[in-house]
Amino acid sequence: MELCDLSALELRNLLRRKEVSAVEVLDAHLRRIDAVDGRPGTLDSAPLTDEDRRKVHALITRTDARARAQAEAVDRRLAAGEDPGPLAGIPVTVKDIFCVKGTPSTAASRILASFTAPYTATPVERMEAAGAVMIGKVNLDEFTYGSSNESSAFQPAPRNPWNPERVPGGSSGGSAASVAAGEAPLSLGTDTAGSIRQPAAFCGVVGMKPTYGRVSRYGLIAFASSLDCPGPLARSSADAALMLQAIAGPDPRDATSAAVPVPDYLAELEKGVKGMRIGLSPDYFQLTFPDPQTGEIRQQALPEEMRAAVLHAAEVLAGMGAEIIEDVPMPATRYGIPAYFVISRVEAASNLHRYDGVKYGYRTRRKPADLRDLYRKTRAEGFGPQPKLRILMGMYVSAAQYSEQYYNRALKVRAMIRNDFDRAFDPSGKYRLNALLTPTTPTTAFEMDAVYGDSVLMQYADQLTVPANHAGVPGISLPGGIAADGLPVGIQLLGPDFSEAELLRIGRAFEVGTAGEAWRQVKPLVLRER
Amino acid sequence: MTDPITPDIFNHLVALAALELDEKEAEYIRRQLNNQLKAIRELEAIPLDAEAEITLHGVRFSPQISQPPRADVWQPYPAPEEILGQVPEVEERLVVVPDIPHTTLE
Repeated sequence: MELCDLSALELRNLLRRKEVSAVEVLDAHLRRIDAVDGRPGTLDSAPLTDEDRRKVHALITRTDARARAQAEAVDRRLAAGEDPGPLAGIPVTVKDIFCVKGTPSTAASRILASFTAPYTATPVERMEAAGAVMIGKVNLDEFTYGSSNESSAFQPAPRNPWNPERVPGGSSGGSAASVAAGEAPLSLGTDTAGSIRQPAAFCGVVGMKPTYGRVSRYGLIAFASSLDCPGPLARSSADAALMLQAIAGPDPRDATSAAVPVPDYLAELEKGVKGMRIGLSPDYFQLTFPDPQTGEIRQQALPEEMRAAVLHAAEVLAGMGAEIIEDVPMPATRYGIPAYFVISRVEAASNLHRYDGVKYGYRTRRKPADLRDLYRKTRAEGFGPQPKLRILMGMYVSAAQYSEQYYNRALKVRAMIRNDFDRAFDPSGKYRLNALLTPTTPTTAFEMDAVYGDSVLMQYADQLTVPANHAGVPGISLPGGIAADGLPVGIQLLGPDFSEAELLRIGRAFEVGTAGEAWRQVKPLVLRER
Repeated sequence: MTDPITPDIFNHLVALAALELDEKEAEYIRRQLNNQLKAIRELEAIPLDAEAEITLHGVRFSPQISQPPRADVWQPYPAPEEILGQVPEVEERLVVVPDIPHTTLE
């Protein structure tokens, strides 16, 4: 067991007992990166080699010098007998969609490749103030637009540590891959339709989307401002709790951060699930997919392995004292993706108008005829196909003649999705759930190149996670087993607004209840070969 | 069935979006947009809940949990050179852009 295979809490205890130094912890993680990550993502990258196909490629930018200075500062504080903070000496990676002062903050797009952030996002600022050691910025889908990381302008794209021929998921794929491969015990991601939970499920780690407003969006390069949520990825519920504690809470610089007190997540963690009401919904055991020939939308059953993992989790939790409530209706679930196609595109198109080659970022090297020509050439060269798709769809569905038919209707559908959750969680209602237990994804991680290019099929990878974004409620994905293809299966818990402590508590109980199961001992492929 | 986003509509959108696409890229993106519309059109068949209230985001922010507006007070940015350093072309601390097309309003 190397230091980089320990949890953040274990590292914290070792550091506080002065059994290791923060620099030693950092060096162990940098050695792991050297061993498994391969070359970082770059623009106009050379073609993939066989060696590349065996590596993880989670990182875009390594910040070794910054990390070393932070680790040395932690060691000095520990030596002086000072409290160095709750995350002191813990290595973290940060999705490259967050501005971090003095670092390239690229959004994995050519249009921001030259941008160095002049300020730091609140969640990163809070982690660093808590003593975290930021070892690098990790790759993602361009502007977070995707569910596989293949759309990054910085190639090679991240690959799944459990099988590098498979995608890590997205858009926080670099975050999930870096945590699964032991490059860092914690990573900061974002979730707009499942972008923390889906890659967490694909890479066999824990990923939490907090309640909308629980964590500040200040310094997050915006995709869909009514849906984006920063949150933690970790290898256990306890580590996710530790990180959420540091980043949660109101921020005067983000008007949509909620003024709700932050509970002590770690103190709540071991309270168990006795008496908790955990629901199962048949609407999360049905999938919707476009027909490959006609494109028409069809319903099909969830694959048996994914279903079995959820039912097993229900059985484990029932054995620990939870009450399982079956047949909870969530009828609007299937409308999550169509509504998301509209709302997210309208907001993305609006947020992408600022990239014009004038104020910062990429500017065309061709000579423009005038200012409008500068915009056109810059945006044509700077954006990849996914941002262009989102801009054009956003403009189409919000056009005056279509907005009632599409945009306003999608907003009403969002309210219907929210009503499903309100009914399920109503403390005086029929179901009175503490949480809803569902699969996180329709399948395990798919092969590289298998879906990329089909923007509709790719979007449906998020169909079981996106309802929580519409409703704003928190959700967590937990490793729930290993499928026959050797890849992790994720299970998801969704709860009422600001119920992160309860979700983490259920997650911890599930981890305790399954600690002895054989699948818990299986390691990702890139670590097995070492 | 005819694609709802015809080449003409598509070209209009591309111009409005201040984009330029080559032929191959335009063909791919137009096809994807029309495929996405098939999924989006599911919305048209949904029986809407008459009481469904449109919100800015899923969580309803009551006044108790909403942030008060910040005081409208001018604050100097501590390092304007860092901001200017990000500008692709700058001259004497002014942002340089090509000619701005003249439009005569009628």
